[in-house]
Amino acid sequence: MAPKTMFEKIWESHLVHEAEGQSSVIYIDLHLVHEVTSPQAFEGLRLAGRPVRRPDLTIATVDHNTPTWDLSLPVTDEISKQQLDALEVNAPDFGVTLYDRFSPYQGIVHVIGPDLGYTQPGKTVVCGDSHTSTHGALGCFALGIGTSEVEHVLATQTLRQFKPRTMEVRVNGTLPFGVSAKDIILAIIGKIGVHGGVGHVIEYTGEAIRSLSMDGRMTVCNMSIEAGARAGMIAPDETTFEYVKGRQFAPKGAEFDEAVAKWKLLPTEDGAVFDKTVVIEASDLEPYVTWGTNPGMVAKITDNVPDPSTMDQPAEREAAERALQYMGLEPNMPIQDIKIDRVFLGACTNSRLDDLRAAANVIKGHKAHPDVYPMVVPGSALIKKQAEEEGLDQIFKEAGFDWRVAGCSMCLGMNPDILQPGERCAATSNRNFEGRQGKGGRTHLVSPEMAAAAAIEGHFVDIRNW
Amino acid sequence: MEPFVKLNGVVAPMDRVNIDTDQVIPAIHLKRIERTGYGEFLFESWRFNSDGTPNTDFILNKPGYQGASVLVAGRNFGCGSSREHAPWALQEYGFRCIIASSFADIFYNNCFQNGVLPIILPEDQVRQIMDKALENPGMSLNVDLQAQRIWDEDEEISISFDLDQFRRDCLLEGLDDIGITLQNEDKIRDFENR
Repeated sequence: MAPKTMFEKIWESHLVHEAEGQSSVIYIDLHLVHEVTSPQAFEGLRLAGRPVRRPDLTIATVDHNTPTWDLSLPVTDEISKQQLDALEVNAPDFGVTLYDRFSPYQGIVHVIGPDLGYTQPGKTVVCGDSHTSTHGALGCFALGIGTSEVEHVLATQTLRQFKPRTMEVRVNGTLPFGVSAKDIILAIIGKIGVHGGVGHVIEYTGEAIRSLSMDGRMTVCNMSIEAGARAGMIAPDETTFEYVKGRQFAPKGAEFDEAVAKWKLLPTEDGAVFDKTVVIEASDLEPYVTWGTNPGMVAKITDNVPDPSTMDQPAEREAAERALQYMGLEPNMPIQDIKIDRVFLGACTNSRLDDLRAAANVIKGHKAHPDVYPMVVPGSALIKKQAEEEGLDQIFKEAGFDWRVAGCSMCLGMNPDILQPGERCAATSNRNFEGRQGKGGRTHLVSPEMAAAAAIEGHFVDIRNW
Repeated sequence: MEPFVKLNGVVAPMDRVNIDTDQVIPAIHLKRIERTGYGEFLFESWRFNSDGTPNTDFILNKPGYQGASVLVAGRNFGCGSSREHAPWALQEYGFRCIIASSFADIFYNNCFQNGVLPIILPEDQVRQIMDKALENPGMSLNVDLQAQRIWDEDEEISISFDLDQFRRDCLLEGLDDIGITLQNEDKIRDFENR
């Protein structure tokens, strides 16, 4: 038999039905649900008189709308409250477990899935959210879906999909000092573009990927969608097994050992062929900062803002001109001269313990620049608790950072955490689209270390020399 | 789902690449629990000035493009968030067909769930339609899904497009995916019992 990629193995083992000319039906092992993309799906089930087929494989939480201020304060946005309330009715009505605002397990869906041990190697994972690609870091096929598909999975526990193509992104060598998982994925998107992965599932391979912690691997897979990919994945190894072991809903004892034996069969076999391969040398990487209005508009910290007049392609030039105008930047100005007003440390990209530790390590003993308002939003209630047990919250507070409760927060500004028009933010999130963090807001995507250092200095700095 | 069979409609050319779903419908407007009520916020940040008045430089506010039902855009349309509110907003505003040289995967799938036809054409053909619609405000296009063909009045534009048969048939008949999948419920049960 021909050698197979990890994606092909997971795809084949989940095929329920395929027919010539039709999309295939694949079984879903884990369905994560949140308040924004689910109410219309539950309403659809209700109208058709359909139950949730496998409530035992469905987990719901609230994250997008939830205020990150003190939990004892009420939700003041009436429409947000209506959406949060809808899930509080729908989940019990359909027998689905819900981690509500006050649950110790509440958090961003893509943080709690792995953190609680629901996400495991070899699973198919879906959620009505594009950053579901995060879970691929554990060796899953994990993809974001729309609300109609959410309803389809709730009703049938399957998803209809045309089989995607495969792409290997290999990062050779050892990561230089000061270069993080976030820089790897920003470099990849900068290289292949925001449409470079369309129609493909990316498998990240190579020594630099292997050397990452699980938190780092999740950062990389999280932004697969920013390259247009259907999903991102990393083969499970000892780092993965060690991470899953002992988590609340992971297999225990002999069951865990049996599971590991199966998980070891997942990695791509020698000689398996990808439809496309991209190779990056880790030694070429630096810390990165986005300068434009999509994650592919990215530059090294030692670079200048690009000059659109030097770009050959008209579409590229016009997009760059528009982006610089929106961002309020001049061509050729050094990236390190960009002054910031806000820092947002959080989002499903960079709100895990490793991220918080890395940022805290940078700011320890320093104070935030007087012109900068920095905030930290841990990815889950559990991570917040662990960070507090380690004393990270004290380091942040002493440096003048706002320490919040878990949620998506200012990654997309659906809750009260938003940028004001014209405000400039160093963000550890995943999207720098126009208005993403609030109408007129200007977002620069960076690693937690780079965001932390920028908070202290008031402008971007090269973390390697700081 | 409303079937899509044929359409004759005004073309709105949006000459930008990588239009993301945050532009199609900003996150602040995703708080509703219904599938409706999004059309008024379509392209909100581009359609309106900060004081709420229409931005007269934006294509949908220019004379001739009102009531457009065909949108032509640059490559990778619908990238970013998986929000199905994007096709809901487009459809409610009046768009039933979107033409681009490529689409983001999730957005592309979401269109078919809502009776919106996304057509993928080579860059040069998209450019031809874009330029002609920019030069001739109010230009209309015929779209025939059964014949997989689009053309304008003088047939200067006359293009056949590819689409897999399954998606085409579902759209033509307005079929709901859940119903189709449940026809194979025995196979789902067999899988679960493995």
